Amino acid sequence: MSTPQKMLATLGIHLLLVAAVCLTIFPLAWMAMASVMPAGEASAYPMSWVPSALSLEHYRALFSRLEVVRYIMNSALIAGAVTLISLVVNSMAGYAFAKLSFPGRERVFRGLVATLVVPGQVTMLPLFMLLKYLGLINSYWGVIVPGMASVFGIFLFRQYALSIPDSLLDAARIDGAGEWRIYRSIVLPLCKPILLTLAVFTFMGTWNDFMWPLVVLTDSRLHTLPVALANLSGEHVQDTELMMAGALLTVLPVIVLYALLQRYYIEGIMVGSIKG
Amino acid sequence: MPDGTAPDDIRQRLRGMAPERGRVGYGFVAPALSAILVFFFIPLAGALLLSFTDFDIYALGDLAYLRFIGIDNYTRLARDPLFWKALGNTMMFVVSAGPLTVLPALGLALLLHARLTRFKGFFRTALFLPVVTTLVAVAVVWRYLYHPQYGPMAAVLSVFGVEPIDWLGDPHWALPAIILMAVWKNFGYSMVVFLAGLHAIPGQLYEAARIDGANAWQQFRHVTLPLLAPTTLFVAVLTLVGYLQLFAEPYVMTQGGPSQSTLSVVLLMYEEGFRWWNMGYAAAVAFLLFGIIVAGGLVLRRVQRRWVP
Repeated sequence: MSTPQKMLATLGIHLLLVAAVCLTIFPLAWMAMASVMPAGEASAYPMSWVPSALSLEHYRALFSRLEVVRYIMNSALIAGAVTLISLVVNSMAGYAFAKLSFPGRERVFRGLVATLVVPGQVTMLPLFMLLKYLGLINSYWGVIVPGMASVFGIFLFRQYALSIPDSLLDAARIDGAGEWRIYRSIVLPLCKPILLTLAVFTFMGTWNDFMWPLVVLTDSRLHTLPVALANLSGEHVQDTELMMAGALLTVLPVIVLYALLQRYYIEGIMVGSIKG
Repeated sequence: MPDGTAPDDIRQRLRGMAPERGRVGYGFVAPALSAILVFFFIPLAGALLLSFTDFDIYALGDLAYLRFIGIDNYTRLARDPLFWKALGNTMMFVVSAGPLTVLPALGLALLLHARLTRFKGFFRTALFLPVVTTLVAVAVVWRYLYHPQYGPMAAVLSVFGVEPIDWLGDPHWALPAIILMAVWKNFGYSMVVFLAGLHAIPGQLYEAARIDGANAWQQFRHVTLPLLAPTTLFVAVLTLVGYLQLFAEPYVMTQGGPSQSTLSVVLLMYEEGFRWWNMGYAAAVAFLLFGIIVAGGLVLRRVQRRWVP
């Protein structure tokens, strides 16, 4: 390509990308803008795009009157617990499927991967009854327990653990290290990147989850942030600015987490897709 | 120490440990497998059984009221206009939101992958942002974006002289409004998967094509597209499976209305199961959805096989 042609192409590419970014960011930017507008400004005609004055009253209302701290804590507790437990459970299983030979290993693993096509809603109704029978409905555990193990997590960890050289593990065995010790002091440190990937995926997925907490947590004191927000939006449908502040508080933790750990997040998508 | 060079006595010791290691292997997978058994396989079998019963709010209180009714739930579904409405809406959503998500995602991935592009990291991060956001929260935001009087959408359209549209209140516009939002929320995911696929295409292939005199379009048509076919299938299946499970958007934005124009299959299942406690009937809805998802995946694989022999 000649130089002017190249410049034109470069310009075109970047114009398109900038336009796409503007469209993508706009709803989130407007949410942030509206959340600091004085009450009523976001639902006035003609609409204003930027706040006339910086107003934090909606955040104050959320924190004092509407107990948003409780919902943040609920969400953080549930997402944190699911992340920790599932990291241990999935990494143990993923490591065994990659490196420990036992009868039926390949068949069991293929069977697990096949379950990925079953949509979550299919098991939801009996799962609800099972947890009701176990007395876990309307408790944090009711949300945590079904997330303890995930086929996707096992799969991801296995793919990564496959790259650990067998000779390294055998050397440790010859030195007299037990299998548990090998897992703890050799496998886990080597697999730190994929553990981080899994942690980000699980935490965000659990934080963002809506349908299951909505079904399990009937007591509003136990609600997670998304469920509380959905309820709030029914009661405060007119308070645009308040709702935008609530929405911003809900997405802020995941956006910050993504900004900090996006390398690991994107990695997870790429590893997950290569197999397909 | 490479495996092949281990001295005999050490190899023997390792072999001696093998059966023990087998037991250890079971120990390592036991927590995960028991959790998956209890919280996935048993409910899965339960769901199938449930769909052949008349499990309702009375049975929830006392199992004595539970009766096996064979395939009655399924025949009732086949005659239920609400189910057909939900299925029609869901299909409409899938066939429009699907391509509207995947094609721009491919286009943007190509732009991001182009050699001339600068600030790739920034563009990718920004375009991916909606994917990580909480669906409920952005659904709340979009509900206000669509407000017929004060919403930014109305303000933008009025510049072009378009009359205000009651997006979420008009049965003709509610589903398109939800489609637009879903496209915004999800295209970034497909884009990143396409990027991974593009990275995996060896550069020599383009070089060879250039030497043979292929122009940019020919390179795209005869190198990029065929080699991207597996990725495209993966993206298509993911999008299809995800979109068939449409739920939170209509739940938060329209509750399935107006006049059921945004009622989806999963929303119907939720309403029947967890609102009216008709769990037997809801389980039949869930299993039909499962069947549709499997069938859709198989069709897509067929299509791909035909496209790239």
